[in-house]
Parts: sequence; structure tokens; C-alpha cells
Amino acid sequence: MVATEVEITRDGLDRAEMNINMGPQHPATHGVFRMVLTLDGELVTDVEPHIGYLHRGSERLSEDENYQQIITLFDRLDYIANFNNEWVYVRAVEKIINAEVPERAEYLRVILSELNRIASHFLFYGTYGLDTGAMNPVMIGFRERERIQALFEAVSGARMMHNYFRIGGLKDDVPDGFVPATRVLLDQLKAGYDEAKNTLTESEVFIERTAGVGAISGEQALDFGVSGPVLRASGIDYDVRKNFPYSVYPELDFTVPVGKHGDCYDRYMVRMLEIEQSLSIIEQALDKLPEGSIQSRVPRIIRPEAGDVYVNGENPRGDLGVYIVSVGHHATPYRLKIRGPSFCNLMALATMMRGSYIADATVILGSLDIVLGEVDR
Amino acid sequence: MTEDRPASPDDAEKPAGAAVSDPNEVSPFETRLRETLGDRISEISTNVDELQVRVARDQFVEVCEALKESEGIDLKYLRCLSVVDWDDDKEMEVVYHLASMTHSDKVVLKVRVSTDDPWLPTVIPVWSGADWHEREGHDLFGIEFHGHPNMTPLILYDGFEGFPGRKSFPMPEQVTFYGGD
Repeated sequence: MVATEVEITRDGLDRAEMNINMGPQHPATHGVFRMVLTLDGELVTDVEPHIGYLHRGSERLSEDENYQQIITLFDRLDYIANFNNEWVYVRAVEKIINAEVPERAEYLRVILSELNRIASHFLFYGTYGLDTGAMNPVMIGFRERERIQALFEAVSGARMMHNYFRIGGLKDDVPDGFVPATRVLLDQLKAGYDEAKNTLTESEVFIERTAGVGAISGEQALDFGVSGPVLRASGIDYDVRKNFPYSVYPELDFTVPVGKHGDCYDRYMVRMLEIEQSLSIIEQALDKLPEGSIQSRVPRIIRPEAGDVYVNGENPRGDLGVYIVSVGHHATPYRLKIRGPSFCNLMALATMMRGSYIADATVILGSLDIVLGEVDR
Repeated sequence: MTEDRPASPDDAEKPAGAAVSDPNEVSPFETRLRETLGDRISEISTNVDELQVRVARDQFVEVCEALKESEGIDLKYLRCLSVVDWDDDKEMEVVYHLASMTHSDKVVLKVRVSTDDPWLPTVIPVWSGADWHEREGHDLFGIEFHGHPNMTPLILYDGFEGFPGRKSFPMPEQVTFYGGD
């Protein structure tokens, strides 16, 4: 019997581009974020991000609120770093009305905001572990964050939406035993940080997943207005606390970790090293914490002079800016614009993702550590 | 919105000639800025701790390029792009907050457009980061940024009617405790 030759052709296997919709209900998009990926086989050729699912009109709402009432809206922007958000806003109002802040309040603000930065970075650590396929980090990350939030609850009465910073100071003084409790917390956090570092930082699987993935050059990142750990991972040494110093940061000794490659691993590493720096900042601030008042005298109803101010501060996600326009003699701002760091960082997403594998898409998105509350406002 | 908003603060606050401030206070950066921009700017003044530059629409892109590229000015970082609706003047103001990474200098660039014909050239060729800010300005305030490659709704859904950032956009009735005068 003569074998029949079968000719195998590749007709019909044309490579066609495919569009995949990811989100807004997807666990790896960290909120209601949606992106449309254009794929050539395994390769991502283009990304179209879609945002706005959480748009609540915070800017327009604040035009009908008192200056004091707006603090609550800022809690709800970057809901992982509430203290940091409140701080930038109250600083903006303090600048426009020229209010003093007692030194004790400044130090307490530094302590709380740096603790919040650690909590935020631990949350990133946990969820980034999940993004790269490791289940253990999320346990460590959430455990450490919960310790910090228990302290926040003792201070402000709420785990997340604190509404604790006030224009010209703080709502209340911290409870008795705050300083020793924070010192105990710092020891626990240091142990937790070491455990976290041993679990992921030196894991070969993790390094393989993240090193060299989603790289962006410093020049490109700056062009997109990227800030925070994402910008510093690309080698640009820009930290608002150093470049435009505010509060009592000039009196505290800390360094700004800067990466080199601009890839996912560097972005992760910058955040981890920032935890170390924040721990050291809190220790110094606790040592220097003065006694005294926590609130200066400000009018009960604030009616700033006509003018506009722009104030920014270093949040866990980057450079948060608040632009307030006042027309004078009004208890509400004429216009309030919020420059969310995640919003600007997301603009660089397409550049990072083009040319990478689809399996890396969640790794790259996770490395930006976005919070949609602040992207959509 | 039943309150009567007064005219914009800049009209009342800064009379003609206010730009010429005390010569002792002119920083080297301000001198460089004046030299570079020359007569392309309509006004330069100090606003709290930032330099404020006003520019007309037809010279706007030129000024942006000069601010970014000129040596010693170097404003490579677009920090924020805001739109302010000066309802009573029938004008809208687009505000660019710029900073330099190398010198920690800050500049506010302001340009006004009429509400009846609100358009500006895009600055994406200068700062790519203007992209989403401009789309947001288009969504909420209806400003057309000419030359923008993808002017589609960003934070509002497709087919949303009106510009919710504008003062003329109706807001639902609200109860405020101390609001207004």
C-alpha cells in the first residue's frame, strides 16, 4: 500500500490582531480600571486605558462645601493614604490664609503620614505578591498594615476615613500612651519588614517575573509627568519632601531611594527601601516630638482673600497637588483642582506595556500601585 | 448657584504696572525668564512663592517650548493642568503649573480663552503628560485642544451631555450649614 502524502499548509493561520478587554471587574486591575489590550499573539502591541468609573465629581462638589468640610472629600481620594491626602489639602488652605501650625501638630502629622506611607507600601507589597503569583506576601502585608490601622483607630477613631487633620492643626491631641505604643509598633513593623524582605525581595521567581519588565527611561517618565516611586525607580531623584521641602522635613534626616533600571523590580525595591526610611523618620520625629498645643487659632468659618495657591506633597504614590482659587469673602473655594499622582502615572502605562508579553500586563499595572479613587476623583 | 460671584481676583488685585515689582526682589531665575520670553508674555508677576506668567493664545505654544527647552529655565515637569471657569467674565482660564527638576523653580502659566469659542493648541508635543489633563479639560469644561490626537471622553461616559465643571452646569439642590454669604 502506497502511503498518501498529506500536505500541511499554513493557510488560514494568518496572524490577526486581537483585542482583549480587561476590567473593570477584574481582580488584577486594583479597582474599577479597564484597559483594552491589542495583542499580536502573546505580545501586547497597544493599550488603551479607560478610567472614570469612580468619578464622583469631588472637585465640583468641593465648590459647594466649606473649607473644613472638604477634608472629608480628600479622605476618599487615595483611600489607602488618607492622612497624606488630608495633609496636602490642609496645607493648601493654611497657605492661602497664612495660618500657623504648632510644632507639635507638625510632628504628629509627619508621624501619622509616614506611618500611612508604610501601610500603603505594605498593601502594595501584598497585592504585588498576588500579581506575580505569590500568595504569602498578602498575608504579611495585610497583617502589618492592620497593626498600623489599629493605631490610627486609637488616634482618630476610624481605620480609614480619619478626618483628623484640621486647618491649622489637628482635631484632638493623640491619646495617652501614643508615643510608647508607636515605638512598640515600630519594632513590630521592623520585624515584619524583614520577613517581607526575605519572602519576596530575594526570591528568584519574583526577580525573574519583574526584573527588566515594563522598563521606562527617566526622561520618558518625566515627560509624562510621572512622580513618586515610579519616577524614582527610573533614576530621577525627585521627592517633594526634598525638592520643595515642607513642614518639619528639613529637620529630619532621611535619604531618597532611587532606582536605576526603571523596571518593575526597581519600582518594587524603591517602595521597600522607602519603608526603611519612613521607619527612621518616625523614630526621629518621636524623639523630637514637643509638648504644646496642637491647634492654632483660625477662624471658624474660613473666608480667604482673593488669590490662588498650588501646594503639593509627597504621597505614597507620588506628587499630590491641590490648586485652590479663591475670589475672596466666600466660605467655599471658587475652584479646587486635584492633581492625583496615580492619574499621571497611568499615562505612562501604554509606553511601559507596549512590546511586553500579555502575562506581564498585570505585573506592570501592579507595579504602578494605582488607586482609582484618586485617578477618577 | 444663586451666589453672585465677584469678578476674577486678578482684575482687582493687579492694577496696570503691578508686574514691575521691587527690583531688589527679582531673582536670577526671573531675570532669565524675562530675557528668554521677551515680549511674548503679557504679564509676569509673583504669586506667593511662584512666578506667574500670563500669555496670549497666539504665542502660547512658542512660550511653552521656550520654557521647557531654554537653558537655565528647564521647566520639564508639567505638574498640573487646571481649568478655571470665570463665569462672570465669560472667559475660561487654563493654568499650567510647571517645575524644574534641576533648580526647584516653579512657574504658573495662565492663558485665557473666551467661553464662546474655547480652544487652545495642545501642548502634548512639549509635555506628553498634558494628554489626559487636556482630555479632562475637554470633558468637564468643553475646551477644545486643537491638535490633540485622541480627544475622546476620559472620565465621563460616552454621550454625556454638558460640561459639569462649568459654573453654568446645574447642580442639584443642596443643604449646606454655613455655605456662602
